[in-house]
Amino acid sequence: MRFIRPIAACLFGLVAMAPTGAPAELTLSGFLQQNTAFNTVAANPDGRRHKWLEERAQLKLDATGGAWRALVKGDIAYDHLGRQDETELREGYVDYAAGNWELRVGRQVITWGLGDLVFVNDVFPKDHQALFAGRPLEYLKRGVDALKFGAYPEFASFELVVAPGFRESRIPDAGRFWLYDPMPAVANRETVKPGQGDVGLRVYRDIAGYDATLYLYSGVQRTPSMRPDSMAAPTKITYFYPRLSVYGASLSGRAGEGVLSLEAAYYDSRQDRSGGDFSIPNSQTRLLAGYQIQPAADLSLGFQYYVEYLYQYAAYRAALPAGFPVEKQWNPTVTLRMTQMLMHQTLRLSVYALHSLGNGDDFINPEIRYSFTDRLSGAAGANFFGGKPWGQFGQLSQDDNAYLQLRYEF
Amino acid sequence: MKRRWPWMLVGLLPLQALALSGEEVMKKSQAAFLYPGKDFKARVVMKLISKDGQQRVRELTLLRKNAGEPGGDQKYFMYFFQPADVKDMAFMIHKYPAKDDDRWLFIPAINMVKRIAAQDKRSSFVGSDFTYEDVSGRDLEDDNHLIEREEKVGNRDCYVLKSTPKAGDADFAHKVTWVDKGSFLPLREEQYDKKGVRYKLFTADEVADIKGFPTVIKRTMKNLQTGHRTEVAYLKTDYDLGLEDNLFSERFLRQPPRKWID
Repeated sequence: MRFIRPIAACLFGLVAMAPTGAPAELTLSGFLQQNTAFNTVAANPDGRRHKWLEERAQLKLDATGGAWRALVKGDIAYDHLGRQDETELREGYVDYAAGNWELRVGRQVITWGLGDLVFVNDVFPKDHQALFAGRPLEYLKRGVDALKFGAYPEFASFELVVAPGFRESRIPDAGRFWLYDPMPAVANRETVKPGQGDVGLRVYRDIAGYDATLYLYSGVQRTPSMRPDSMAAPTKITYFYPRLSVYGASLSGRAGEGVLSLEAAYYDSRQDRSGGDFSIPNSQTRLLAGYQIQPAADLSLGFQYYVEYLYQYAAYRAALPAGFPVEKQWNPTVTLRMTQMLMHQTLRLSVYALHSLGNGDDFINPEIRYSFTDRLSGAAGANFFGGKPWGQFGQLSQDDNAYLQLRYEF
Repeated sequence: MKRRWPWMLVGLLPLQALALSGEEVMKKSQAAFLYPGKDFKARVVMKLISKDGQQRVRELTLLRKNAGEPGGDQKYFMYFFQPADVKDMAFMIHKYPAKDDDRWLFIPAINMVKRIAAQDKRSSFVGSDFTYEDVSGRDLEDDNHLIEREEKVGNRDCYVLKSTPKAGDADFAHKVTWVDKGSFLPLREEQYDKKGVRYKLFTADEVADIKGFPTVIKRTMKNLQTGHRTEVAYLKTDYDLGLEDNLFSERFLRQPPRKWID
């Protein structure tokens, strides 16, 4: 709720500024949804048998008048596992569009970069739990409360994002997911959220038929680091969000028969450039190469090769306490996505598979999706995890689940 | 008898010189069907109707701008209203006659613009019986076009052309097109599979004059093998609106300008 009030104030302020008498067009839409995910291997750490079980309604109100637009997208959900907020403002913003610039103020979803479930320059908040618990893809992204200024002169396009406050990514909940914990005996835990916001700039243009983009970001990590009060006899763990800057670039365009995507970013871990603090991730370079082709009608294939390179590796190894899992300096990952549309694109079969060549982690998500009518659609799928007990996906190997989504749109 | 031959040839010559070749008819037909005006806008309602009558609706605004002469580069912009799961989705194509298109898709659920591969032009357009090629045109160079005869469709005089793919990799063996001799619009087209069986039928069901351009405002594509058909109606059709080039850009994919997409 604490996010909603300032946004509402912004919305009303901007709407009040809108010229009166401009013809406004109002549309109301939304959906009702049932979403269930069953565990297929083990019960949750808290003993429940579902990863997700909820009914949800979304209302979307879209108002347009001249150069102005306001959008509010809000959810109300009943969560049978009882651990979720029951209301959520998904998005709520006001737009003003001028000839070659525009402004968006409020809660908005921002996605940067080219990766498919691999994030190089997409520094904006995500909901990783949603992805692993079989929720619809749109719940992977969380909105940020920000001002976005777009400028579109002839030579390039600019998008500046300024967020006065911090919004974190949602990581899997320890009651629902079996997560690796190097200090399971310490019960006293505290999270310190950064008081600062963040700022990002994206600049893009066409270069010889390729979409070329530069990304600059200054803010904090979206997922927390943990620091014990003592290594020898820890009594308390503090979760905190280290400062981070990201400098990146991407290129995408046609190559041969398909679409080639190249993306790179340097993660400047400003709070631990020397690499001597084991609780803060070291600086990194992330590289991604993706290729998508369409070998037959209504069939598409996407391949990605992604690698993370860790700087100050010797300092990292020296600072890492005994017993903590060791990350490799080079950590490559490959992914494959295959999508086949059938029956006039009302039936979609897809599979996404990820394999880490660095630590052997696996993540596989097969899904079948069908539109019964233009309004009623359903999906059935599964999430399979595997690998080392401390790997990003390996730690979830007890959390395999099968899910169902049923949605009525209006 | 021998002496008459030269005279007959002379008699035929002027006619031969006046008559259009198959290639020329197809070129004029493509110009009339896919290139009229400097730019174009329509609200498109597609009904996908199964053999047993189940109906699904796809509704979008279609914008097109030509870079130059008919047969040249084009830019397309599509903004979806229906069905609900693709509402606010936008799709952009930069079409080049001699090479693969560039295509971008805006996915509103995750607010992402994505380039998509486009080499398979025979893929269905939004699940309809029309392929991408049916919507934005097949390269004329890909087929040999021969005028087979002349015939009426309704009360319109038409050329009947047979187009046969030059390469063997096409998924159809040939197609037969009835091109209106006056407007050069295709009024009927039959596609034949490799066994020589007619399997797809296009009909122009209503032609209207809009700003001086004869325009097919109602059309149907029927799959004769499955009985599935797609009926398309163009509403609010208009030409020469002065669409700017920068409309066909990532900025407007993410946030389409309302004045063009009503």
